[in-house]
Amino acid sequence: MSLKRRIPVLAVLAAIVPLALSACSGGSDTPAQPSGPVTLTWWHNGTTDPIKSIWAKVVTDYQAAHPDVTIKAQPLQNEDFGTKVPLALQSAEPPDIYQSWGAGDLASQITSGKVADITDATKSWIEPTTGKFGENWKVDGKQYGVPFEQHFVGFWYRKDLFTQAGITTPPKTMDELNAAVSQLKAKGIAPISVGGKDRWPDAFYYNYFAVRECSVDVLKQSVKAVKLEDPCWTKAGQDLKNFLATEPFQTGFAGTPAQQGAGSSAGLVANGKAAMELQGDWEPGTMSSLTEDKDLDSKVGWFPFPSVAGGAGDPSTVLGGGDGFACTTRASKACADFLQYLGSEPVQTKLAAEGAGLPVNSVAAKSLKTDTLKAVYEYGTKAPYLQMYFDRAFPTAVGAALNDAVANMFAGQGTPEGIVAAVNQAAAGNK
Amino acid sequence: MTTATTPVRTPVRPSAPAVRGRANRPGLRKRLELALLLGPALLLFAGFVLVPIGIAGFYSLFKWNGFGPLDDFIGFDNYADAFSGPVFQGAIGHNLIIAGLSIVVQLPLSIGLALLLNRKLRGRAVLRALVFAPYVLSEAITAVIWALMLQPNGFADQVLKSAGLGGLVHNWLADPGIVLYTLFAVITWKYIGFGIILLLAGLQGVPAELREAAALDGASAWQTTRHVVLPLLGPTIRIWIFLSVIGSLQLFDLVWIMTLGGPANASTTMATYLIDHGFKRYEFGFGSAVAVILFVICFVFALLYQRFALRRDTQGALTRMVG
Repeated sequence: MSLKRRIPVLAVLAAIVPLALSACSGGSDTPAQPSGPVTLTWWHNGTTDPIKSIWAKVVTDYQAAHPDVTIKAQPLQNEDFGTKVPLALQSAEPPDIYQSWGAGDLASQITSGKVADITDATKSWIEPTTGKFGENWKVDGKQYGVPFEQHFVGFWYRKDLFTQAGITTPPKTMDELNAAVSQLKAKGIAPISVGGKDRWPDAFYYNYFAVRECSVDVLKQSVKAVKLEDPCWTKAGQDLKNFLATEPFQTGFAGTPAQQGAGSSAGLVANGKAAMELQGDWEPGTMSSLTEDKDLDSKVGWFPFPSVAGGAGDPSTVLGGGDGFACTTRASKACADFLQYLGSEPVQTKLAAEGAGLPVNSVAAKSLKTDTLKAVYEYGTKAPYLQMYFDRAFPTAVGAALNDAVANMFAGQGTPEGIVAAVNQAAAGNK
Repeated sequence: MTTATTPVRTPVRPSAPAVRGRANRPGLRKRLELALLLGPALLLFAGFVLVPIGIAGFYSLFKWNGFGPLDDFIGFDNYADAFSGPVFQGAIGHNLIIAGLSIVVQLPLSIGLALLLNRKLRGRAVLRALVFAPYVLSEAITAVIWALMLQPNGFADQVLKSAGLGGLVHNWLADPGIVLYTLFAVITWKYIGFGIILLLAGLQGVPAELREAAALDGASAWQTTRHVVLPLLGPTIRIWIFLSVIGSLQLFDLVWIMTLGGPANASTTMATYLIDHGFKRYEFGFGSAVAVILFVICFVFALLYQRFALRRDTQGALTRMVG
């Protein structure tokens, strides 16, 4: 029952801290906040368990601790956010809290003028709660949202198929990965599955090759300038082309969906039809819903994207991203308080313990469900640099152009130079 | 009022006002009737069709991400960008290929099957129902079912293999060279029933006497079909072509669910391109321009087709009333 006891303390803190802060920072241009009872509409993508029931409980708990706050949660399909959020941000009554993936997307949304700058309201707790990761929800030094989960991408593999093919240790270098691919092929096993229909899984490969080929400085500078100039970007494309030439993927991968059905890339690994997949930490959750195998967790392992010989990047740099929420201006203070609660230990522990994702708050890491997920968390949080997926890091249109160009290469068209050109052209506003 | 109620007795005062009154009242009533019956429909049509088209046209002149104020006026640049982009050019091409294939493949197929199902044969009602069944399914369900059946080693491949046609197995949805034709096959499967039902209805309008007369004159079955039945099916065929071409130009659901326009944009249509850019990339100004282009293409086609192909079929129903 420690959960219940902690809430009032938090509630008091949540109530006092922003008040104190707002008292200090006089003359801020945030609109007057509603006083008295407030109702917050909350758009999240938790339409399936475990996150669905976690959010339901969060609402009840938070309302119990804050009698003057009512939260109207509206779960939306993940794919609907792309269409609904822009329209809502144009309307007079956007949701008070909505799911945001930070970075480039958020930067686009801010131009609506409806997204609240919550720098002051989050100043006291954002660093201890989310560490450096929360910076991905900053635009021009101002905090516009708060993450509740982080994600890291790496290879998920089936231990049984690796054993069958005689692979004893997970590959650490590209050469080892290529060797593993040949060994699996020799046994008639599809080495790697990829959801080429959805395009973003293809992009993970180019993203990671770029992260391995480019130094952290180049990555930072290129994302900031939205321009790919360093030759490492072309080298990454060449790496991808070479890797594709080894034909490591399942048959018909360009038409395979990532997550729908047993024939999807996740379903193939879940059912032992393919040995590996480069995916985020959500993969075990996705896979478990696509197979009858109750013992799946013990059969899958994880290893980071291999190092690339001669690359300027740090081999321990990680590719990832996260889920968070942004506040709109009407009730941004109440919203920020709620987001603080989402980052607090009880909620974070619940997220971790029920396998909903990797917590942003390090105190919850010990509650992660499996040793594999703990290893993923360990690798991701110890990485010297987290590169956010480029389709999120770049402005939306540029990110989509990158994904398309990479997907074209997967479908056998285009060149390494073409990928770089596609990004630079999209950044310049060309179609 | 008095003139109307006073009985007309004297020849000095002609009953002209009364006559005019009688003529006026129906006129007024007619106008009221029209206003009452057409008003709501016109309001809805204006509010949900005309105004949005106008707004889309307005947005399409701006570079606009859908969030901020409309302050970056760029004239017709969005249109130029769309037409110069290879992906959109490809999309228009794909729409035209689907429309062309529909006419070349689906039409003869529908006519043939309709003629067959118009004959007296055992189980005709069941066959008609079967042929029409796919049309009743929603496009989304059709797409999901076929995406599952067409996945590598899925149902379609298994059927081919067990029929000894393993050599015909392809990456139906993954091969950029094939995917559009795979989609066309699914579209055909779904919409052939509609064409057949339409043509069957048309065939009921072919008088039996004409066939009999042709038979008496010694016309062969083929000659009867070619010179008697087909010409009389003309109006039905022309309206089917119209519906089919418009449907092909607006093709979206099936493609979006089965391929998302991929791989490598090999199955992008104008509508998927519009959603991809307008919504997914936050290019609402550009998306509006694409929407306007799509609208204009359909509209121009519809007008020209009405004017030239459907002219006789709809004469009296449309042309006269407008005049």
